[in-house]
Amino acid sequence: MSKVHVSATVNGDPVEFLADPRESLLDCLRDHLGLTGTKEGCGTGDCGACSVLVDGTLLCACLVLGVEAEGKTIGTIEGLAQGHELHPLQRAFIDHAALQCGFCTPGILVASKALLDQNPDPTEEQVRFWLAGNLCRCTGYDKIVRAVMDAAAEIRGA
Amino acid sequence: MRYHKPDSFVEASRIASAAGRYRFLAGGTDVLVQMRAGISTPEDMIDLKGIPGVGDIARTPEGGWRIGVAVPGAVLGRHASLKADWPGVVEGMNLVGSTQVQGRATLAGNLCNGSPAADSVPGLIAACARVEVTGSTGTREILVEDVPAGPGRTTLAPGEVVSAILLPPRGAGGGDAYLRFIPRTEMDIAVVGCAVSLRFADGVITEARVALGAVAPTVLLVPEAAAALIGTQGDGVALAALSAAAMGAARPISDRRGTAEFRKEIAGVLARRAATIALARARGEPA
Repeated sequence: MSKVHVSATVNGDPVEFLADPRESLLDCLRDHLGLTGTKEGCGTGDCGACSVLVDGTLLCACLVLGVEAEGKTIGTIEGLAQGHELHPLQRAFIDHAALQCGFCTPGILVASKALLDQNPDPTEEQVRFWLAGNLCRCTGYDKIVRAVMDAAAEIRGA
Repeated sequence: MRYHKPDSFVEASRIASAAGRYRFLAGGTDVLVQMRAGISTPEDMIDLKGIPGVGDIARTPEGGWRIGVAVPGAVLGRHASLKADWPGVVEGMNLVGSTQVQGRATLAGNLCNGSPAADSVPGLIAACARVEVTGSTGTREILVEDVPAGPGRTTLAPGEVVSAILLPPRGAGGGDAYLRFIPRTEMDIAVVGCAVSLRFADGVITEARVALGAVAPTVLLVPEAAAALIGTQGDGVALAALSAAAMGAARPISDRRGTAEFRKEIAGVLARRAATIALARARGEPA
């Protein structure tokens, strides 16, 4: 099956890869670009572990074809920290111990960042509804929600 | 699999007509899942997002709305004037999936996926929405209730593609609402769904349409439930008659998400509650 040449921007860098048209954006990020921070949980859009931003919209990378990324601007967990400087959300997750196995964490961080970018002062209910598509089987969510609320407060104060 | 990105619906339909196993791609939130499960193995994938206008929500000259087939739920939810006209349509679509799914999932896809539990379809049917369909012989318009043929099937001919969703002008005194029952608060498939759209003028309900989801092989338009509202003030007697009609029209199956008896009862409850919200909206009261 002939592959398709795809050019996109990932975390600010221009990238190119050859995609089998059946491959998901998640497969392309992980297998062709080596960006393994985006995790595959369910592969069917239910768990949110592969959350990424495509042209600013939060999506599951498993529900996007790699070939659809042509010309798009993509943001992944690898773009969250500024060099060695962790994003306030990342620090808050450490401070609150808002992760255990950590598999859902990249997706939750990307999704939380997308929320705070459009709503810097969310209520707890808004955080919980926004993150309803990000499943965590370890934490019970409370620490995650508290970490997001704290990070939001820090960013607003900064 | 070959990937196509045509720049017109005529071209999309032409590619499909010449193909064997094909799928149209808008949001992909059902198509990609079915491909992964091996339920769908398309040889040709026809991405509709390169066609001009597919991402637009436009007022029609008549005062209705033309919604592009690639407009995702999240964009509908942010469109204040569309929501003001058809809050029930928008709230139905916004119940589909997570924030991530809302970033991609579309009305056209929810309809063409053919699920009897599709959350956006009862609202579209109650609203008397139509779809524009493009095929090899040109375009035609059909009512949304005439699209589903059964679970996973539509009445569209091979090669035909939905090229727009068309909502009629709302007009004065209109209100609509959609409610579904799920055993949790988010991220679930409707056990029962119900949409009501009505018009209230001079103290009486003058028009109504009631649609039920997940209680039959397709989403149902229930004229006898609408008849229970029309000509009334939407009082308790009318709502009781509406409930009875909705329960009578429901012909659900029992499955792991609910028994048939439970679904019939909930159809009656949701019809009454959705009508109450639609009526409040029609009267300009807080719903």
